Amino acid sequence: MDKPASSTGVDFVHAAKEACVTAAITFAVLLPLIGFETVSNIDNKLVLHMRWGLLFSIVAIVGVGRLLMALVIAPWLAQRRMRPVAPATSSWLSAVGRWFGPFAVGFAIVYPILVLSTSGFSGALKWVDNFGIQILIYVMLGWGLNIVVGLAGLLDLGYVAFYAVGAYSYALLAKEFGFSFWILLPLAGILSSFWGILLGFPVLRLRGDYLAIVTLAFGEIIRLVLVNFVDLTNGYAGISSIPRPSFFGIPFNADDNGFAAVFGLPFTPVYRTIFLYYLILALCFLTAFVTVRLRRLPVGRAWEALREDEIACRSLGINTTNTKLTAFSIGAMFGGFAGSFFAARQGFISPESFTFLESATVLSIVVLGGMGSQIGVAVAAIFFIGGTEIMRDLDFLKQIFGSSFDPTQYRMLLFGFGMVIIMVFRPRGLVSTRSPSIFLKERKTISSDLVNEGHG
Amino acid sequence: MARGDNLLKVEHLTMRFGGLVAVDNLSWQAREGDITALIGPNGAGKTTVFNCITGFYKPTEGRIALRHGDAAVWDELESLTERGKRHITTAGGSLFQLERMPDFLVTQQARVARTFQNIRLFAGMTLLENLLVAQHNSLMLASGYTLLGVLGFPSYRAAERAAVDVAREWLDRVGLLDRADDPAGDLPYGAQRRLEIARAMCTDPVLLCLDEPAAGLNPRESAELNELLLSIRDKYGLSILLIEHDMSVVMEISDHVIVLDYGVKISDGTPEEIRNDPKVIAAYLGVADEEVEKVEAEVGL
Repeated sequence: MDKPASSTGVDFVHAAKEACVTAAITFAVLLPLIGFETVSNIDNKLVLHMRWGLLFSIVAIVGVGRLLMALVIAPWLAQRRMRPVAPATSSWLSAVGRWFGPFAVGFAIVYPILVLSTSGFSGALKWVDNFGIQILIYVMLGWGLNIVVGLAGLLDLGYVAFYAVGAYSYALLAKEFGFSFWILLPLAGILSSFWGILLGFPVLRLRGDYLAIVTLAFGEIIRLVLVNFVDLTNGYAGISSIPRPSFFGIPFNADDNGFAAVFGLPFTPVYRTIFLYYLILALCFLTAFVTVRLRRLPVGRAWEALREDEIACRSLGINTTNTKLTAFSIGAMFGGFAGSFFAARQGFISPESFTFLESATVLSIVVLGGMGSQIGVAVAAIFFIGGTEIMRDLDFLKQIFGSSFDPTQYRMLLFGFGMVIIMVFRPRGLVSTRSPSIFLKERKTISSDLVNEGHG
Repeated sequence: MARGDNLLKVEHLTMRFGGLVAVDNLSWQAREGDITALIGPNGAGKTTVFNCITGFYKPTEGRIALRHGDAAVWDELESLTERGKRHITTAGGSLFQLERMPDFLVTQQARVARTFQNIRLFAGMTLLENLLVAQHNSLMLASGYTLLGVLGFPSYRAAERAAVDVAREWLDRVGLLDRADDPAGDLPYGAQRRLEIARAMCTDPVLLCLDEPAAGLNPRESAELNELLLSIRDKYGLSILLIEHDMSVVMEISDHVIVLDYGVKISDGTPEEIRNDPKVIAAYLGVADEEVEKVEAEVGL
């Protein structure tokens, strides 16, 4: 738009010209891609078939879209830009911010009861397991990665490696030695943070993109080891029949000494699911509590200072290598907790659960939620993971698009679209302000313009 | 600590970057309780010397030694150098060889604090947080290396309150107390300079190194800075090392001036002596063509 649309109203000729050019370019590009179709005929010969109808309808959509863009959307955007910027924190928004946290905690606690009372035992299994537990696992992973990426500003693309270490530690130790879940949970965390330190030592002298590449490679190495070390990990086949956690020694089964029998209840698998739900919820609270505490401790302030300016940190006598290592290992520890929970809940793990896509998902949750923000990350996890699960249930779409239509196939497309939208309107994530860790008189939120994103 | 004894000895300091000799066989001393200014034309190697002292560069050759406590500890310098250790502690004090220490240990153990030519504050953190980060090492100890702090032990809370009091005192001294809860990046330039000095002071240093603290300040702010530096020297008996281009600052407050040109010391003395030194005048202003030989003979080139 070289002419300001607001001065002369709307320039029709210019807009029409632009629409024509766009349509012509679309035609030229799509003619070979969509216009030609090769079909084998009855003699098994390839015949060129033209799809003019489809081609022209797409060209028309693009042309009209460009016209609308020039005539309606661009002037509207320009007008929006002219308007004075609204004050950053309106009163109702800050009120929502203040009450959202406690409300979300309360809702998470009563969620299984709510679901049980509304949809009965069979429905509850799906809603608690697929939605509740699945989302909370990612909330926990997001909060763990948030320490590394959001607070310390170290871009980690291989976070799933620590998740995998936690899961395999639990699976192998529980199967081989029969240790209980409650012993293995801390042990898996310790082993993961040990791997975090092991990776951190050689890697943390790198910065920014280089650190990201090496952590990406580390994630892949762990996965490939899991695939190829067949004697230990059983390769692609994975590890099955992993012992499930018990209710402080009481197993969840239909036996006489099972949970249901002991408490005099009719047997249903829902009890185990609800127990797992509260287990991961407690782990999430632990992560949140520790993170909030750490932010107010010198080590947390040093992480944030490191994200802001590493050289200044060194000039203040802060050992930056140790500080980065603590961030890496504590983030890894929470990944390990989540991993061991994952293994215990699934009862089966294989390297396929620990691909780069998982790292990317967790990182997207952190970035979209707003780096460093607990609530933002939780909301992003609900959208991301809850969205995937909801898409499995959109059966009515099959009636519109035909029975072969599978909505989950489109989830990456929709996420990509959602991500673009959020990055356009909220480039620093859903919650982009930083809340200071300490104050003298008044806690003022800090605008994201001043906060460094940290690039290693 | 008696004022006037040597606090810092820089001996035969040489720093080469590839073929470029930035600092060449430079030796000088800074006395305790003095404001020592390091001046010289652009590219003279002042900041390089600074980076060597604060551990950001490893000098190619030379020794940089700093004393805590009794002046008698200087007698141990040769044995420290021979033993290849970073520092030595006797009953009367300790001695540090700064060129052997990594940058963060120079601040943590030898207690040398510094500021930067281009201000390096934590822009997204509040003023108070900036000053608390500076007290990291003492707070870290009080929080039991995080463990006791996470568990909520009261010893950490007391230590944090004390640290906040220190921060509050320094904010008050630099006139920024009412902005304590604002992000540092929101401050005007002059205030950012003062905050950076306050932050360096919160590390509890014995030597404060300031890299062009008056750069970009207006005359009034620069007069305020003079006052602040003099009060730091007089109240805390602290020694200050200063790189500065602003001659009004240098001549007014420094007790001892060292002039560098092309990495070599060309003059060393009181501000009065420096002002009248022909070598310094030649280095700063240059000389007319017909006088070159005469001046060169005088300066011994």
